Amino acid sequence: MEILKGIGVSPGVAMSTAIVLDVEDLAVQPRQVPPEAADAELARLDRAIADALRDIERLRDEVTQRSGREIGAIFDFHLGLLRDRSLVGQFRNEVASGHYTAEYAVNLVMKRLSATFLGMKDRYFAERVKDIYDLERRVLRHLIGQQREDLNRLSRDVIVIAHDLLPSQTAQLDRNRVRGFAVDVGGRTSHTAIVARAMSIPAVVGVGDVSKRVAPGDIILIDGTRGLVVINPNEDQLKDFDVQLERQHRIELELAQLRDLPAQTRDGHVVSLQANIEFPPEIDDAVERGAAGIGLYRTEFLYLNSEQEPTEADHYNAYVDAVRRLRGKPLVIRTLDLGADKYDPKADPATLERNPFLGDRSIRLCLHDIPMFKRQLRAILRASVAGDVRIMFPMISTLLELRQARMVLSDVMEELDDEGVKFNTDIPVGMMMEVPSAALMASVFAREVNFFSIGTNDLIQYTLAVDRTNERVAGLFNAAHPSVLLLIRDIIRAGARTQVPVSVCGEMAGEPLYTLLLLGLGLTTFSMNAPDIPEIKKIIRSTTMPHAREIARRAMGFDSERQVMHYLREETRKLVPDAF
Amino acid sequence: MNTPTTQLRDVQQHDSPTGPTHQRVSRMPSACRDVIITSENGLHARPAMSFVDAANHFGSVVQVTRLGDTPETVDGKSIMQMLTLAAVQGTTLRICAEGDDAHHAVERLVSLIENGFAED
Repeated sequence: MEILKGIGVSPGVAMSTAIVLDVEDLAVQPRQVPPEAADAELARLDRAIADALRDIERLRDEVTQRSGREIGAIFDFHLGLLRDRSLVGQFRNEVASGHYTAEYAVNLVMKRLSATFLGMKDRYFAERVKDIYDLERRVLRHLIGQQREDLNRLSRDVIVIAHDLLPSQTAQLDRNRVRGFAVDVGGRTSHTAIVARAMSIPAVVGVGDVSKRVAPGDIILIDGTRGLVVINPNEDQLKDFDVQLERQHRIELELAQLRDLPAQTRDGHVVSLQANIEFPPEIDDAVERGAAGIGLYRTEFLYLNSEQEPTEADHYNAYVDAVRRLRGKPLVIRTLDLGADKYDPKADPATLERNPFLGDRSIRLCLHDIPMFKRQLRAILRASVAGDVRIMFPMISTLLELRQARMVLSDVMEELDDEGVKFNTDIPVGMMMEVPSAALMASVFAREVNFFSIGTNDLIQYTLAVDRTNERVAGLFNAAHPSVLLLIRDIIRAGARTQVPVSVCGEMAGEPLYTLLLLGLGLTTFSMNAPDIPEIKKIIRSTTMPHAREIARRAMGFDSERQVMHYLREETRKLVPDAF
Repeated sequence: MNTPTTQLRDVQQHDSPTGPTHQRVSRMPSACRDVIITSENGLHARPAMSFVDAANHFGSVVQVTRLGDTPETVDGKSIMQMLTLAAVQGTTLRICAEGDDAHHAVERLVSLIENGFAED
């Protein structure tokens, strides 16, 4: 039994058998499998070797054709090594007798072989280490690829343990089989965490070295509420798990009853609670939980889920799918907002920016690649005839950017007009408020857009200069910082003066701690992960506007985030005792 | 073919130099010959691969010994083991085979090395 503490990012408890994912770029961990699993592990090994051989044969044929037999013969050597019964026999032996995972067996044997070559005096022979390394990587890639494939067709319930998961990987997890997950890295607002919450899978991130400590087949208890990972729990913990589970079911039942009630304060002030999504199919769940629309549709997942840039048709199909599922409820489509934290870690290091969060991302990226930007805008406009579609530009930091983006939009409208394609000529155009420079000039921007949406995650990151995914400084990331609250208040005020609706679509909108404050500041639309909607609704339904305004007024008077949080927690508990 | 550096021996008369690790079956034909590696890069990856490919065409067990101060014997049908011999230029290898086609195997493998792995 072992308890590890991390950051609980998606509430709930779950218990099941662990599967542990290795990462290509990291050292392979010395993991063992239960003896009865050795045969399955051998089968995996054989499959990976067969796949690798096929790769190399293809490569050899290509290279031979391009550069001649002489060069192609290098791969004959690789093929020979991988068909060598004495080498493969060593792999198999480490699995069969050592009970190691196929990954570690390959790693172990290849490391031994490398050491032999490195010890050779002759330079030519010592350099064969590179071939060994190349082969090892190739087989490992197939083994690790298998793990990922296997995740898509699980036959039993599992808890996924990994060093890290890409948001797209998280999104592809089989919701019916994956009961929870825990990863070494990440913070509360990492996109992996956001996706986990959206899918209602209990998750703990930032657990340090959980991927090294857990062996495949261990029983894992995940407590996403308290941020705990228990490896092979004992009797007491199992009892506690049962209690938690029962409590969880009770709360879910109670919140479900709120679904059909309006998001209205006791004195009749109505606000709109909406959902953030990445994939159209999430809409059904969001509507089920009472979402009045989609306040943020993150379209970058279209880009991350495929190898190539999505075509106009890919965009269009996804948007129309979303619109149909919403049946007239509004859909705010945010244009491409690829950020550094969502990039594939396998990207070419030469093209990586030194300071990606301040670099060529989001709207900047789009304005540097007009054809790509136009493809997306065309698709949004075409989908706009099917329902209530709105466009939102992310990461606007200067007025010029907004005007350029609007100009591109006008161009696309003209093109569609020329082609005789129908679209909503009055499509509402809004912008994200997530860069302090824009927030400070909200009253100027308000004259040029139809709505604002405050992206609190980025607004906090840029205001406080904190990388929210860096666990060493993530503690400084705090929505309650008075500077952040001042910016939010001013954006809402600027919107109110010019009749520009303001919503919050960051994490803050779904955190019960900030509901009374945001309501009191005059926020009219809260867009959050669907599972948070019932609880936020419950808080809104338990207060009045004068009361919320008074709380906001007092919260704005504190000097530190600690005081703000303490005060808000007290006030929220008074209204809704089981809010936290 | 019969250069001074190579000698054909019959196992009925001589024992193989370093006892092979496999179970010896009595009265199985066997043969051994020594050959010096003369190519500049030694028995490097590609020629070693050709050697192993050729060895695998025979039913006989093929064993290759690097002679010298620290003799080492490996399976002549394993590319991995052949490479660990690190047979650089000037190394003397003893190639032994045991099985029905032992003589044929040794002749073929030795000539492969002597002819610098030229296509024949």
